[in-house]
Amino acid sequence: MTELALPKIDRSIISKKEFIVSEIKKLTNSKNVLSDLDEIKPYETDALAAYKQTPLAVVLPENTEEVSKILKFCFRENIKVIPRGAGTGLSGGALPLQDAILLGLGKFNKILEIDFENKCVVTQPGVTNLGITHAVQHKGYYYAPDPSSQLACSIGGNVAENSGGVHSLKYGTTTNNILGVEMVMMDGTITRIGGKTLDQEGYDLLGLVCGSEGLLGVITEVTVKILKNPQSVRAALIGFPTVEDGGNCVSDIISSGIVPAGMEMMDKALIDATDKFAKAGYPKDAEVLMIVELDGTKSEVDNLLKRVGEIAKKNNSNSLKLSKNDKERMAFWSGRKAAFPACGAMAPDYYCMDGSIPRGKLSLILKEINKLSKKYNLAVANAFHAGDGNLHPLIMFDGSDKEQLRKTEEFGAEILKACVKYGGALTGEHGVGIEKRELMCESFNDNDIQQQLSIKRSLDEKNLLNPGKVYPILRKCAEEGRVHVHRGEEKFPDLPRF
Amino acid sequence: MSIEEKKNSQTFQDSNYIKPKTELEVSSAIREVYKKKLPIEIYGTNSKKFIGYNVQTAKSLDLSGLKGVIEYLPEELYIKVKASTPIKEVEDILEKNNQQLAFEPIDFGYLNNGKSNKGTVGGCVAVNFAGSRRFKSGSVRDFVLGFRGVNGKGDIIKSGGTVVKNVTGYDLSKLVSGSFGTLVALTEITLKVSPKKPSEKTIIIYSEDIKIISSLFDKILSSSNEISAAAYIPDEPKNKKYDFNKSKVFKFNDLDREGSFLAFRIEGDQISIKERLNDISKELNLSKLKTSKLDFFQSVPFWKKINNLELFANTKNNVLRAIVPPAKCFKIMNLLKNKFKYFIDWSGSLFWIEVPDKEDIKISEIKDFIVKNNGFVTIVKKSENFDFVEKIFTSDETKLLISKKIKESFDPVSLFNPGRMYREI
Repeated sequence: MTELALPKIDRSIISKKEFIVSEIKKLTNSKNVLSDLDEIKPYETDALAAYKQTPLAVVLPENTEEVSKILKFCFRENIKVIPRGAGTGLSGGALPLQDAILLGLGKFNKILEIDFENKCVVTQPGVTNLGITHAVQHKGYYYAPDPSSQLACSIGGNVAENSGGVHSLKYGTTTNNILGVEMVMMDGTITRIGGKTLDQEGYDLLGLVCGSEGLLGVITEVTVKILKNPQSVRAALIGFPTVEDGGNCVSDIISSGIVPAGMEMMDKALIDATDKFAKAGYPKDAEVLMIVELDGTKSEVDNLLKRVGEIAKKNNSNSLKLSKNDKERMAFWSGRKAAFPACGAMAPDYYCMDGSIPRGKLSLILKEINKLSKKYNLAVANAFHAGDGNLHPLIMFDGSDKEQLRKTEEFGAEILKACVKYGGALTGEHGVGIEKRELMCESFNDNDIQQQLSIKRSLDEKNLLNPGKVYPILRKCAEEGRVHVHRGEEKFPDLPRF
Repeated sequence: MSIEEKKNSQTFQDSNYIKPKTELEVSSAIREVYKKKLPIEIYGTNSKKFIGYNVQTAKSLDLSGLKGVIEYLPEELYIKVKASTPIKEVEDILEKNNQQLAFEPIDFGYLNNGKSNKGTVGGCVAVNFAGSRRFKSGSVRDFVLGFRGVNGKGDIIKSGGTVVKNVTGYDLSKLVSGSFGTLVALTEITLKVSPKKPSEKTIIIYSEDIKIISSLFDKILSSSNEISAAAYIPDEPKNKKYDFNKSKVFKFNDLDREGSFLAFRIEGDQISIKERLNDISKELNLSKLKTSKLDFFQSVPFWKKINNLELFANTKNNVLRAIVPPAKCFKIMNLLKNKFKYFIDWSGSLFWIEVPDKEDIKISEIKDFIVKNNGFVTIVKKSENFDFVEKIFTSDETKLLISKKIKESFDPVSLFNPGRMYREI
């Protein structure tokens, strides 16, 4: 896949660029409309930087009414719209189109209400995930989903991708932690879904919108649930001599009735890489390493940690460290959190995959990935959110070598197909975007996809909102709409990714 | 015509009552009605048939034949079942592995006719009404990992899977939850299951001061002690239109005082229960209040009675389910005062209210007040003289418009359970 099919370019839109820009300038502060190449260049890609495309123009509206007017105008004029949050997405969900307006929500960066009484925060979508926790932590609260990019990723983007994180085994993903949204439909209709109540009446539109990757509406406000910090948090760092032992330990912990707050796993390649990079002091004789984090009351955590240690021992663990304080716990995490940059240091480029599998298949998939690594002659390091079966293999390659890039993409696709084969899913938390679009047919048959497309058509009849994402494009629909692959450089190199 | 009447009616042709045994049979039956554009009522074992508007169709699709566990992997924390598998059967199987459905399915049988009837997994998903643990663990929809079913054209469709994280495409599992069978005829459902906590204890606080109660609910929600249920059961009003069964339903050795009370549940092993109890006692200032404790053997049946809605067993009156933001709890209690028989669950968010016909305050007034306070109301049980001018479900115009479009995308000629939720859908 050296080039990517995108929806057919509407030349008439490109030829009307001047008119479109001047009309949109009437709908928001004219400074919020960018159309010169040097201004729009930064928006040509998100964190899946292999694909680049400058949009027709970039619009950065300041409030919901402006979004509504802009969408109404675009709907009338048949102009495609690509919504974008912080642009940290890894599946290309915010990749622009040549004939589309890129609608950046960056100016929606205010927290509107902190409502401790109702245990929620009402925020604009451009606020970062961590920004929400920062706003409530003085009273001992936090927002539970914690994608690794939480320092930079926006809550609106989290809703679009249904982001998870290290703690989703116990606390769920975005869909389980939001109460309401305000959304603008493609025709400009503003609607509120949910609010501050736990349930909503009628069809669960909130559940539909969450994870819809910007295809159904533009989120302009989000109400999230906040939780009280647990009294005590401790972690265990456990090494295993074989992949099977580690995999069995994960299953045994879950079977024993323990629900850890987080359960992470790294393979030998990643242990070595991170050790060189972060000097986390991980055991060198381990084939796989596991971090199990538990939270609750002090004695409960102590007791559960002891049980985790016993289960690990039964599964032949060859090292076991229990954190005595928060500093030590953070030290356990330091290597894991350095996984992505550590791989970055080992090869010119790396490609982060995201799939999910049943927990019990962990060792099987690891073996399969290693086999594929030999087949393609490309190094790979594996990080897992083992608790919920979400894996992130990191394939290392040299993006300047076109053949390697092709092989990398093929390797990645084979991993995801294996995930589906083992009863998992194509994506755990990064979304489908353009990256895994063509693989949707691995999971779904024509009926399934037609049903999904039918929902899309019902809410966006002209297919103007983020077209070309998530669902495969028929060749005949694509024609000249293609984007060429650029060197796979990393965007946001300083963001921790785990 | 009731389903029994339909089955027995001489003029009723057999082909109008369809009871498929397989998903393929469901699909071909629906394909047939799609061709002829004949609306059809879809149901499992009818345990929740009384909820929503009556569906008037000549055809009926009885899915109760699709039952049985397909796959249960305790270590993967999921169970995959055919849609009409009884909830009771699922609970019994999970129990053997010390697991449970954390959303605590409500037993609507008591409300319907005084007898236990938990119905099927499909029915439970179709209404999406969760029990007492909702505010801590989530609703039914949060536990539906995936499903298979047949849409209004007769196409077999699926979404989700068996793993917790599956954000591939739109999350249709959420959409079918709470859709009352108006989008998809469910054939297969995968539910996330959870380990059972080793023990539990319930603390009773005797009070009828609504200020104290609402403040206790707030403190419980603000606590990090993982309280897994909190309810308030006020004394019944002295109105002859109500059955006085509170003291009969909640008859426990250690619930030894008369009067209104708040109850909350702590789950965990013995050590953590003790630790949490100490901590929450300080947070709630329990030493200043009249309290008692229900041990494990009393606590388990106590919450069952709450989730069975036994307080309203056999009632002939209307029963409302109202959900409000938790901080509005005081305002709603103040409206209901001692005029209505009601109880509060979800630590102040969920009100179950019994409303007799011809009361001074009408259902519509209660409903307006709750909507004004950012909540919504579902009329779960209707009295015999129910005035159908009253809307059973709450919705606003924009949401209704979007819902109509969603409905069309699943069921383009509006065959499934027409009018069950909204006249227009």
